[in-house]
Amino acid sequence: MASHGIKDQVAIVGMGCTPFGERWDKGADDLLIDAAHEAYASAGVIQDDIDAFWLGTMGSGVSGLTLSKPLQIDYKPVTRVENMCATGSEAFRNACYAVASGAYDVVMAIGVEKLKDSGYSGLTGSRPPSDGTDSSLTAPATFSLLAPAYAHKHGLDEETMKEVLTRIAWKNHKNGALNPRAQFRKEVAKETIAASPLVAGPLGIFDCSGVSDGSAAAVIVRAEDAHRYTDKPLYVKALSFSSGPATGALDPSYDYTTFREVRTSAEEAYKQAGISDPRSQIAMAEVHDCFTPTELVLMEDLGFAEEGTAWKEALNGTFDLDGDLPVNPDGGLKSFGHPIGASGLRMLFECWLQLRGEAPPERQIDSDRTLGLTHNLGGQPGACVSFVAVVGSEVG
Amino acid sequence: MRGIIGYGTYVPYYRLDRSKITAAMGAGGGRGHRAVAGYDEDTTTMGVEAARNALRGSTVTPSSIWFATANPAYLDKTNATAIQAALDLPQDTWAVDAGGSARSAEAALLGAKGTPGISMAVVSDLRTGNPTSNDESNGGDGAAAVIFGDDQDAPVLAHTLGFAASTGEFLDRYRLPGDTSSRIWEERFGEQAYLALAEDAIERATKSANIGMEDIDKVVIAGLHARAVRSLSKIAGDKLVDDLTGRIGNPGAAQLPVLVASVLDQAEPGETILCVHLADGAYANVMRTTDAIADYTPFATVESQIAAGSDNLEYNLYLTWRGFLDREPPRRPDPDRPGAPPTSRSEDWKYAFVGSRDRSSGAIHLPPMRVSMDGGAVDDMERIRMADVPATITTFTVDYLAFSLSPPTVAVVIDFDGGGRFQAEMTDVDPNEVKIGDRVEMTFRRLFTAQGIHNYFWKARPLAD
Repeated sequence: MASHGIKDQVAIVGMGCTPFGERWDKGADDLLIDAAHEAYASAGVIQDDIDAFWLGTMGSGVSGLTLSKPLQIDYKPVTRVENMCATGSEAFRNACYAVASGAYDVVMAIGVEKLKDSGYSGLTGSRPPSDGTDSSLTAPATFSLLAPAYAHKHGLDEETMKEVLTRIAWKNHKNGALNPRAQFRKEVAKETIAASPLVAGPLGIFDCSGVSDGSAAAVIVRAEDAHRYTDKPLYVKALSFSSGPATGALDPSYDYTTFREVRTSAEEAYKQAGISDPRSQIAMAEVHDCFTPTELVLMEDLGFAEEGTAWKEALNGTFDLDGDLPVNPDGGLKSFGHPIGASGLRMLFECWLQLRGEAPPERQIDSDRTLGLTHNLGGQPGACVSFVAVVGSEVG
Repeated sequence: MRGIIGYGTYVPYYRLDRSKITAAMGAGGGRGHRAVAGYDEDTTTMGVEAARNALRGSTVTPSSIWFATANPAYLDKTNATAIQAALDLPQDTWAVDAGGSARSAEAALLGAKGTPGISMAVVSDLRTGNPTSNDESNGGDGAAAVIFGDDQDAPVLAHTLGFAASTGEFLDRYRLPGDTSSRIWEERFGEQAYLALAEDAIERATKSANIGMEDIDKVVIAGLHARAVRSLSKIAGDKLVDDLTGRIGNPGAAQLPVLVASVLDQAEPGETILCVHLADGAYANVMRTTDAIADYTPFATVESQIAAGSDNLEYNLYLTWRGFLDREPPRRPDPDRPGAPPTSRSEDWKYAFVGSRDRSSGAIHLPPMRVSMDGGAVDDMERIRMADVPATITTFTVDYLAFSLSPPTVAVVIDFDGGGRFQAEMTDVDPNEVKIGDRVEMTFRRLFTAQGIHNYFWKARPLAD
């Protein structure tokens, strides 16, 4: 028994991504139609060419009908997928496997979330009836647990920690300012970020990703068919998923400075893709920066920085757009918000643009590396699911 | 010989400086402080804390619980059952409520004393009154638990020499169900009624004890009728025990057992104590301490709890906690009510804070799990109660967005001495004072009330010195 991966067996041949934001003008149906048709056009296909669909949404609908009804899909299989904040990536992963298995020739993975209709701050969700003892902490609070633990372990004082977190937000907003699809398209001064009202622990409102609506989609085919659709396909090098035993809050050996699920999913992805040194082999990464300390810890868990050094690298600009390894060149969740089902596919969309040299020149990464990584996380420190994909513009 | 074999009290952490009432309202208030139950406390949770203190100072297991309060958390539903569950007492415990009036304290004390076996009276009260009222400034919140038993159960600390009571039907104070404050008849009327009833009861009690007032070492006088209590105090002279009203206020039904406990905290062997309670009549109990009192160490004395409190509570928070001020709620969904079946399935966890320990690896699971996180053994667990185990903060945060009756919510990840971790809400703490490495202990609280269901569970609080 072993995991084998499907390196270079399937390829993305078209993508679509709506503008993310407070889309008061569009419902989930509209966003799905927009993303799907942009992807069809990008791949040069029509809807009837798609053999099967994977729809990722956490709460904007249930069942395949959420997609087949607005798109008027004629009696094709539509699988609705949910895997917390990694929902969009999970739709993509399963769609890729369906193609790799030979079951279908052309499939679509599409994700959507319509969050702004709830009227609430932050994310909400319904839970099954419980005994009332579950934590009532909000997402920013659970992720903010990372900050004092990381600072304590690696000897950072409060001010330095705040400076690190602030710089991560500043960098992602700087990138997002260059992206017409982003929810927030303005640079934000470090002073503004650092002085923003507190939401949880040391996290101010600017340490948190926004709440937005959006949708993104990909058309996937067998690698050998890819050039029938595009000259520049993106090959899937690795897909990994890790769902943990959720024992962080039970296990005294967990120190809240890492995501074990991310480490295991990253290791698995690098094995599948044949990557030995991600820091030097990957051209760019889109990671799950739901909150600034998350991105900090991810840099170490994904192997982009040695343990205990990510804070220095973040301050030094290693992960800036012009740094050694650009992280979240599209602006990340910080600039896009986090419409849950869409985020994973939105990350792939940036790889699609960057690795094919089609990002707008002001944020096009100049690199001779050909690999991009996306990372998507759901849950909270100590109890989460983690997804890592590696895609590349060349076979091999 | 049957008598008191253990006791415990609970004085909540917060104190309201009465001058803050005067400053805010231009009326009411006064000097000194009153004890204030936290936003997450009610008479049931305070009763649990008092009973825990009683049991932590003892080695016995009560077979019955008599719970009394003038401010019950539930009607129809018994409140003592939550106390029984929180103390992890077995199903064959008889737990009952005596409730409604301040006098119900007497029912709990005499009921427990008269019930065969080891029996515990738990009396708890949470006193509010209209802003600027005497009840608001002079009331207090707190609880006490008294364990009765026989010599063979545990050394008797104090026993009754003589007892008598009287009853009078007259309007002193009264409150319709659902009202937040009591109504009070002109005090001079109640004063004369109480004095006559008290003199009668005291005379008969001392007579049945076969002693005179000159044989009494200390006098405790409890009761919500301040004027009558003050008048009656003249009979005690310098034997009168401080009723603590200046420092914690008058905790209503719980005042009598709290004051008895405060006396026992400091009593020498062979002291004779007259305990009087004025509540719709008079109760007079002549008690004598035994030699065993010298060897008894209460888990937490009344004095130590008063000293450990915080005087920093602001009046606006007090009004908010007691429901007199409605804050703008966060733009978040209301909390879900707990479901009865899942609550029942997890009774040991939710009420008694009992986790599971893997018999082979020793790993402790909070909440309990059937499959071990260490080695994966299935259904090879033993129960382990963690309610009384101290812990240390590993990391923490302050949640300004989460639903709370008193935001922000402080959350801590704590590692228990000897193993076991839990992510808890923290209470009785200044959010700015929390640090990694701080020591905490567990406390039974009401997280919130949703659709008429009180959601009881455990939180962490700073470990008492």
